[in-house]
Amino acid sequence: MLLSVKNLKKYYATQKAVDDISFDIAQGSIFGLLGPNGAGKSTLLRMVTGIFYPDSGQVLFNGEAFDMLKHVGEMGYMPEERGLYKKMKIGEQALYLAQLRGLSRAEAEKRSKDWFARLDMNSWWDKKVEDLSKGMSQKLQFVTTVIHNPKLLILDEPFSGLDPVNANVLKDEIFRLAKEGTTVIFSTHRMEQVEEICDHIILVNQGKKILDGTVKQVRQDFKENVFSITLERAPTALPEGIEVMKQQDNTLVFHLKEGESANGVLQYFIGQGYMVGAFSEILPSLNDIFIRLVQGTAAARAFQEV
Amino acid sequence: MNKTLIIIKREYLTRVRKRSFIVLTLLIPFLFIGLAALTGLIAVGGSTGDKKIAVLDNSGGVFEKNLKASKHVHYVFMHGTLDSLKHNLDKKKYDALLYIPGIDKDLNFQLLYNEQIGITTEARITDDLNDIVRNERMKAAGISSEQLKVIEAESISLKVTNIQDGKESSNATAMIIGYACGFLLYMFMLFYGMSVMRSVMEEKTNRIAEIIVSSVRPFQLMLGKIIGVALVGLTQVLIWIVLFGLFAAIGIPMMTGGMAMQVDPASMNEAASQATDSAKMMQILHALQGTNWWLIAICFLFYFLGGYFLYAALFAAVGSLVNEDPQESGQYTLPITIPIILGFVMMSSAIGNPNSGIAIFGSIFPLTSPIVMMARLPFGVAADHPEQLIASMLCLVGGFFATTWMAGKIYRTGILMYGKKISLKEAGKWLMRK
Repeated sequence: MLLSVKNLKKYYATQKAVDDISFDIAQGSIFGLLGPNGAGKSTLLRMVTGIFYPDSGQVLFNGEAFDMLKHVGEMGYMPEERGLYKKMKIGEQALYLAQLRGLSRAEAEKRSKDWFARLDMNSWWDKKVEDLSKGMSQKLQFVTTVIHNPKLLILDEPFSGLDPVNANVLKDEIFRLAKEGTTVIFSTHRMEQVEEICDHIILVNQGKKILDGTVKQVRQDFKENVFSITLERAPTALPEGIEVMKQQDNTLVFHLKEGESANGVLQYFIGQGYMVGAFSEILPSLNDIFIRLVQGTAAARAFQEV
Repeated sequence: MNKTLIIIKREYLTRVRKRSFIVLTLLIPFLFIGLAALTGLIAVGGSTGDKKIAVLDNSGGVFEKNLKASKHVHYVFMHGTLDSLKHNLDKKKYDALLYIPGIDKDLNFQLLYNEQIGITTEARITDDLNDIVRNERMKAAGISSEQLKVIEAESISLKVTNIQDGKESSNATAMIIGYACGFLLYMFMLFYGMSVMRSVMEEKTNRIAEIIVSSVRPFQLMLGKIIGVALVGLTQVLIWIVLFGLFAAIGIPMMTGGMAMQVDPASMNEAASQATDSAKMMQILHALQGTNWWLIAICFLFYFLGGYFLYAALFAAVGSLVNEDPQESGQYTLPITIPIILGFVMMSSAIGNPNSGIAIFGSIFPLTSPIVMMARLPFGVAADHPEQLIASMLCLVGGFFATTWMAGKIYRTGILMYGKKISLKEAGKWLMRK
């Protein structure tokens, strides 16, 4: 495991921001940290990056206790609220942040030039950040986050504010880095991106972990026996044990009751002489799961006594 | 390279490279000279032209004989009655009409003006008249004009010397040095302290703070910033010293050379007063040479750095508390600016009485000591009460560690707090956390 988080806790005066969360992240995986606004994601990430001290619990990096100063070169962190020095020249800014991450000046310069070339940013070097559009500064922010080749890359809402083209550029870079062995923690509340990008997810709500698993596994776990069947013509009669949720011409979406098997349904239609064009199980999307789990809990966290 | 060094380097370079730094550094000395010249000009502004006074002398010629034109005031004697002169006086030629009723009994002199003649001219005329009346009275009492000269020539000079080391000193000189040092420190602490605060606020509202503190400890960031700004201040002072050195080497000889030629031995009176003036000047110059410049320079550097570090840490803490709204900063800076201003007030009192209780307290209490002790030093505190200087320095170092420790605690939490307004009470609680 590249990163192990064990029983992490952080209580603020009015709420339990992170309340006993544990998880493990394997080397080279893309890990999704999900949760509604105010769930405690940012606080959790700030503890993982060493910005905050946890009240209790442990963060292990490569098996040893995480120490920000020692592991500074192996971690890259892009917080949700982007920040750059507005009046500083872009090239100098990249060099400065890279040096703070432990690169020598010469190495920082070489890598900045490489990254700038790869992302078509060469002409920016002597410009100031205040001259950049939001999307452009986002790209710059990403470059400054990955410039030192971190082993663990933490991205908090990396695509917010990016147009689809630039979002894709960034996504490709993230995939490329993951393929080269970088482990990525990806924090978001945009589920469609998670399904597309992440291998493993945890869902956090009200400071607690409420879900942990691979994307595939989680969807399996939350399946509700919903199937879709396409027949050559709309059926006139239906078998026992199914509950049609939606019918569109000759395609049925139905819920299979407890104790019934999909084979039974198929056999029924085949026995009736229908040609079966398609049959598949519909797994819930992460979005549905997310809503199902989070709904009903107070949208904005109520202040509680600790 | 050490991370703090990288931060210091950035803080220093971004400031020094700014055009405003170069312009301000070069302009401020001229601004000061200009300001001094302007105040000088305004002070003597009353005598912007010579005054011409018409005089009606009813004393029987005593004044007509003795009342000579002096600096900027010319007297022209007229004849006639007061009423006719009042009405017929040429307003363009004369600024006022002086009526002298006599010299023996009736001394109700009158000055009738068309336009206010100003307090300087009025005082000069009164002096001139008084001189004549006094001389006449002395003559009447039987004192000859030779005796009179002897009486007037007598003018003393008071030499102030330290009993222990026999060094000459001058309270006037000490006052000038004390004021200058105290005022400079006051300016530096406020100006650079504010600069640190603004920079912290900028990092917080820019949200870059979170990125930086994921690479370095917040304390390193704060310290790097404070040291970087201190170096900027030192650079500025160094540039000024060099400028002043150039001025002293080139400018002063030119100016004094010019002055020597201008000396005009026109009137005895003036020459005499100049003589006492220059004696005083010599005394001040002498005292300047007697002043222990090394001690003052070293102490200045110490109090400059100590006072600056102490306050800069506090200003950094305040900057970290401020949210997007810059107006909030005023509310938080007040508790810091008050002791600085208090120090300035104590300095004025300490210069008047360098060994008073308040001066001693002010020069040891770390929040005011940089300003107050610097003002006391030229009065010889180091030699007379070395224990006070040592106590003051130790307290300042201790105070510096205390405020930096406090500021570090507040800073590291404040810099990541957004949205909510932070009360000072809450910030106080952060001090207790590990």
